[in-house]
Amino acid sequence: MKAKKAILALSDGKIFEGISFGAEGETSGEIVFNTSITGYQEILTDPSYKGQIVNMTYPLIGNYGICEGDHESMQPHTEGLIIKELSPFPSNWRSIMSLDEFLKNNGIMGIQGIDTRALTRHIRDYGEQVGIISTADTDHQSLISKANGLSGLEGKDLVKEVSCQKAYNWEEAEIYINTASGSTHEQSEHSKQYKVIVYDCGVKYNILRKLKNHNCDVIVVPASTSAKEVLSMKPDGIVVSNGPGDPAAVPYMVENITGIIGKKPVMGICLGIQILAQALGYKTFKLKFGHHGGNQPVMDLRTKKVAITSQNHCFAIDGESLYNGQSAEFGKVEITHINLNDKSIEGLRCLDVPAFAVQYHPEASPGPHDSSYIFNEFIEMMVNSQ
Amino acid sequence: MPKRTDIKKILIIGSGPIVIGQACEFDYSGTQACRALREEGYKIVLVNSNPATIMTDPEVADSTYIEPMTTEILTKIIEKERPDALLPTLGGQTGLNLSVSLAEEGILDKYNVELIGAKLEAIHKAENRKQFKEAMGNIGIKVPASGNARSLEDAKEIAKEIKFPVIIRPSFTMGGIGGNVAYNIEELEEYVNFALEASPVHEVLIERSVLGWKEYELEVMRDRKDNVVIICSIENLDPMGVHTGDSITVAPAQTLTDKEYQIMRDAAIKIIREIGVETGGSNVQFAINPADGELIAIEMNPRVSRSSALASKATGFPIAKIAAKLAVGYTLDEIPNDITRYTPASFEPSIDYCVVKIPKFNFEKFPDADQVLTTHMKSVGEVMAIGRTFKEALGKAIRSLEINRYGLCEHHSKTVLNDSEKKEFIKKHLLNPSWDRIWSVVDGFRMGMTIDEIYEITRIDKWFLYNLKQILELEEEIKDQHKSRDLSTTSVDDTTAINNESLMDPVLLKKAKQYGFSDIRLANLLNASELDVRNFRWENEIRPVFKVVDTCAAEFQAYTPYLYSTYEDECEAKPTSKKKIIILGSGPNRIGQGIEFDYCCVHGVMALKEMGFETIMINCNPETVSTDYDISDRLYFEPLTFEDVIEIVEKEKPEGVIVQFGGQTPLKLAVPLFNAGVKILGTSPDSIDMAEDRERFAALLSKLGLLQPENGNARSFTEAKKIAVSIGYPVLIRPSYVLGGRAMKVVFDEGELEEYMTHAVEVSPGHPVLIDKFLEGAIEIDVDAVCDGEEVFIGGVMEHIEEAGVHSGDSACSLPPYSIEEEIIEKIKSQTKALALEMKVLGIINIQFAVKDDVVYILEVNPRGSRTIPFVSKAIGIPLAKIASQVIAGRKLKELNINNNRKNNHVAVKEAVFPFVRFHGTDTILGPEMKSTGEVMGIDTDFGKAFAKAQMAIEGGIPLSGTVFISVRDKDKAPIVNIAQKLHNLGFKISATGGTAKAIAEKGTPVTTVLKEYEGRPNVIDHLKNNDIQMVINTAEGKISQKNSYNIRRNAIVSGIPYFTTVPGAIAAESAIRAVSSGELDVKPIQEYYME
Repeated sequence: MKAKKAILALSDGKIFEGISFGAEGETSGEIVFNTSITGYQEILTDPSYKGQIVNMTYPLIGNYGICEGDHESMQPHTEGLIIKELSPFPSNWRSIMSLDEFLKNNGIMGIQGIDTRALTRHIRDYGEQVGIISTADTDHQSLISKANGLSGLEGKDLVKEVSCQKAYNWEEAEIYINTASGSTHEQSEHSKQYKVIVYDCGVKYNILRKLKNHNCDVIVVPASTSAKEVLSMKPDGIVVSNGPGDPAAVPYMVENITGIIGKKPVMGICLGIQILAQALGYKTFKLKFGHHGGNQPVMDLRTKKVAITSQNHCFAIDGESLYNGQSAEFGKVEITHINLNDKSIEGLRCLDVPAFAVQYHPEASPGPHDSSYIFNEFIEMMVNSQ
Repeated sequence: MPKRTDIKKILIIGSGPIVIGQACEFDYSGTQACRALREEGYKIVLVNSNPATIMTDPEVADSTYIEPMTTEILTKIIEKERPDALLPTLGGQTGLNLSVSLAEEGILDKYNVELIGAKLEAIHKAENRKQFKEAMGNIGIKVPASGNARSLEDAKEIAKEIKFPVIIRPSFTMGGIGGNVAYNIEELEEYVNFALEASPVHEVLIERSVLGWKEYELEVMRDRKDNVVIICSIENLDPMGVHTGDSITVAPAQTLTDKEYQIMRDAAIKIIREIGVETGGSNVQFAINPADGELIAIEMNPRVSRSSALASKATGFPIAKIAAKLAVGYTLDEIPNDITRYTPASFEPSIDYCVVKIPKFNFEKFPDADQVLTTHMKSVGEVMAIGRTFKEALGKAIRSLEINRYGLCEHHSKTVLNDSEKKEFIKKHLLNPSWDRIWSVVDGFRMGMTIDEIYEITRIDKWFLYNLKQILELEEEIKDQHKSRDLSTTSVDDTTAINNESLMDPVLLKKAKQYGFSDIRLANLLNASELDVRNFRWENEIRPVFKVVDTCAAEFQAYTPYLYSTYEDECEAKPTSKKKIIILGSGPNRIGQGIEFDYCCVHGVMALKEMGFETIMINCNPETVSTDYDISDRLYFEPLTFEDVIEIVEKEKPEGVIVQFGGQTPLKLAVPLFNAGVKILGTSPDSIDMAEDRERFAALLSKLGLLQPENGNARSFTEAKKIAVSIGYPVLIRPSYVLGGRAMKVVFDEGELEEYMTHAVEVSPGHPVLIDKFLEGAIEIDVDAVCDGEEVFIGGVMEHIEEAGVHSGDSACSLPPYSIEEEIIEKIKSQTKALALEMKVLGIINIQFAVKDDVVYILEVNPRGSRTIPFVSKAIGIPLAKIASQVIAGRKLKELNINNNRKNNHVAVKEAVFPFVRFHGTDTILGPEMKSTGEVMGIDTDFGKAFAKAQMAIEGGIPLSGTVFISVRDKDKAPIVNIAQKLHNLGFKISATGGTAKAIAEKGTPVTTVLKEYEGRPNVIDHLKNNDIQMVINTAEGKISQKNSYNIRRNAIVSGIPYFTTVPGAIAAESAIRAVSSGELDVKPIQEYYME
């Protein structure tokens, strides 16, 4: 098999030449870099990456292939994958196929042989922007102008593209690998089975698995489901999931949540916090380059303890946008978590109603498990709201 | 939480002399810690017996004790200094064990010293195998099935239950010392006895073998708010069964899914919490069953370790420095990340490159030692390389090793075997891990073995095997292309002639460079020279770029120029336009070239920085202080080969390069760099050559009217025989251009000469062997001096304790001399000056003299930093390497205002430390080939006390009562009789073998006769084993006599009984015993000695 050339063009005119893997053709998306060393499979299948091409900063990708049970959704959602070196030879006892095969099967383009560090530095310095990977068009100028013709994430509702079409029940808990300890994954101490409705804005399976670990009865509903419908299902709590795109472009979700806050306990994760924040009156803004990786330090301001978190967001909450942390409708809001790297908001909690949210991913996958206590807090909130 | 203000003064214990398993990484960590804590305003009391460390520089701590590291001496220091706290986790296993003893003996309580970082209980939980197992049980983490044994019977019982093979691990040892794998009951008996001896608490763990499982390490840090972060994951290429220090290791872990990695991470965090290491760094080792992912914890070090040094260098996260700050109460979020400045240390480094560490072995020094790698560590040093891919990093690491291999070349090609025999041969090599296993793997591929086949034998993860195979495949592609080019050029077409000028397809060349192929390796594949390849590469603009190690995979801007090369697009080097100097480091540690040279390099950097130069360090040894990113202004973590250095020189365009501090490694590069137009600062390559070239050197000496032992050069046995006869046996024989006395030997007769010549020619092909008259019984003198071209500053004149013939690195020595006349010393000084000036030395010069019958001979001149520079600097309180750097950079000694005529009121004695106990089956007798790994210094008011301290500082020490066993060769009998008499007067019982006993008895000293080993039982070996002997004096010469006394020396060393193999050594021992018996030893910080 002869390696085929592929070109990556950025809208600001920067060109990278590499070798194609996975599917061939042409793809575009906003280029983001992810600093996780492990977990490319979870990243590829995380619906939050809809509309984005992921540049992995760790250079050696594909080492363990694709493993059964490590998907975060049915199929990959990233628009493309940029790496330094692909391992055509996966080595892991759970591996079922190579990364190359997986991308081919799913029509996802990959480009390797890229100076991914140079690309990362470029994005860091010049901001996230649209890029095109192509094996079809090798004309640099043509690709650059195509990239310029495309819009970025701002103003885009991508939730509707990844949300489920109809509600379903989720049954699976976190997978168990033959480990040092069977108790690596928390188990619920509550005998009661809470009914949790998860708004699927592009939910990662591990949020559902975590809830299942806690013995919840998990029902996933489409983002289009109204507050009324959800409340009519008599849930004990509501989770607003992660998801792709601009949080300001999903007013219907904000409306849904506004109709639920104060009535049932609410937890938001990632896009979920941005939706909750808007419902409380905050505004969101786009970061120059987002947080994508598994090593982000987040301080819980209540305990002053630091957790290493998994993150994936291009947008953040503007803390100044809600005067004095006072929501007109729902009372006092406390900032519970901040990112120690850039002091951005990573967690909010309503003091007068049962609702809180985090910007990072307490369900990890990929990434550290330090924050799984957030799920306990959600359970407690449901306990206290009974 | 801010730092603690209730403690003001902190005691830090270093790790003592360099030994296998405990090298200069603890100088690195200790120095970092001292600096960090002083920055915070704490007073630091430092104890370390090793003078060749940066941490014992007088400006690093407030009070520095270069004293023996025993509980008695430590108690005295505590009594005198009254520190508030003791930080036990930065001085390796030595520092930790000493801290434990001080705590257990109630000394810390008595003087109100708090253990910070790790409490006694935590240390016990981690170090005691049984407690560790229980602790793991508490948190549901699996450990290999095992049992604790305090006797052989226990051990057999346990082994029966858990089934062979079993791993034997002694409690409280480091570097896996005393550890082994037993496949049967016989091996169990042997190894358990050995291990029980090795364990200071006489306890061993017998453990289920998980041979062949994948092995990992995580570096964990915790602060007192219970924040825990993982700094780095490390995966061993060599699976379980080979000590991690002897394994090729890779960072980060390569073959774990996120699920598996997070499970391991969770386990590590649980472990550090359960063990209860309050603050600081720990290292946790895991094994994973490749078949089903089962994870077990192997062990945990509740302290900074060799792996943490590697992790620090691999990530840019300064573990020791942060650990020190955490110990005094800071939390991770309160400490900024030095590299990114604006983000905190409470994060987990993400790296965007691959790091490969390869250990370096010195088996050629111990030809009788078993080279199979097992659970106790045998390597003496390591290299680390950084690349954007595993293949690139591996290639760079291989060429960093300085083993004359520049890639995955054919390894077993020399063997004259047919293909199937060769395959069997390779299989055998694959089965028994040794230093060269990766070459065997590639040879296996060359023989047509498959990944699966090799995996079945080696259990090296297939991902690694696949990568090795990719390298080989590219090699074959290069060879094929070369072949077809050769063919095409023989055709008639003119256009192909142009092709011939191009060495290879540039696209393929670039790929080869990305795969880590060195220019030399490519040259070999293309039948070209290294220069051809480089020129062609440069013509095609295939040049490396430099990338920054920044802890964060480029997410944030980095402010520290810590760089590595790779073949990619963007270069981040951004050289400045400042006046700059490159200092070449010393590469991997090995016997003969270790921490002493790194010490010189670091001093060079510091001096040049002070003078306003921008300093650039190039080195590839992760254990060193010089590769700390905040020592030099810019750090290139790169191989020290011509190819790599010239690229940096081209990029940085420095004023020049200093090659004289890093030992032989940079010195070898002097001529190639000079020829490439690079300015060599300091002594010129021509002067260096003058010292190395026999004929030029002889001419120089005769011009100055100086003497050297009669000598000659030989290229064959016949020539050698002729020379030996003409100058008379014994002769000292060695290959040219070697360091550490490699293959140097005293030869007594023709038979030995013949044997040597067949061996030596292989050692140094193309170079003659050098034959010198061996001056029997001469006193050897070492001199270190600095010359500015006009004036010479004599740093120190050192008299060896052992007679000439023992390598200077192995001999104990005294500064000032303790037995030679002032007149001779003056003669030596004036000869030193004459030589330095005549050779136009600019910088350091080291000269070895021999004095016999009051005649001074010159043995060797080294116009470069020597092994003794740190010792001399510490002894006299003047940093020679710093002075040399200033001189090199253009200052005159006159300007530096150094008192050439000062007299010190103290004596410093250096003693060497040997690795014999690790090498089963090697003789411990000293000779011209250096075998020691490290050194200690004893300093006191007179020679006897200083020597006593030096002896106390190495394991064993000197006894003050008991029995001295004496067995000496005939010509030593006269002097030894006197010593026996004196020892008797000091209250010792004397026992001796037949002839020696007779000689002693004749002088009227009571003596018990003891049988030699072959004379019957009970013999001297039995007495040694029964602890009936407290000290051994045993001299021997000639093969037979040495063989006969082999077991005596071996048993002495295993039991830790001090032994002396020369008469001068025995005399020194006696004077030390006398000095100690007559009064207590006192302790004093070096800062006070220097003020006198």
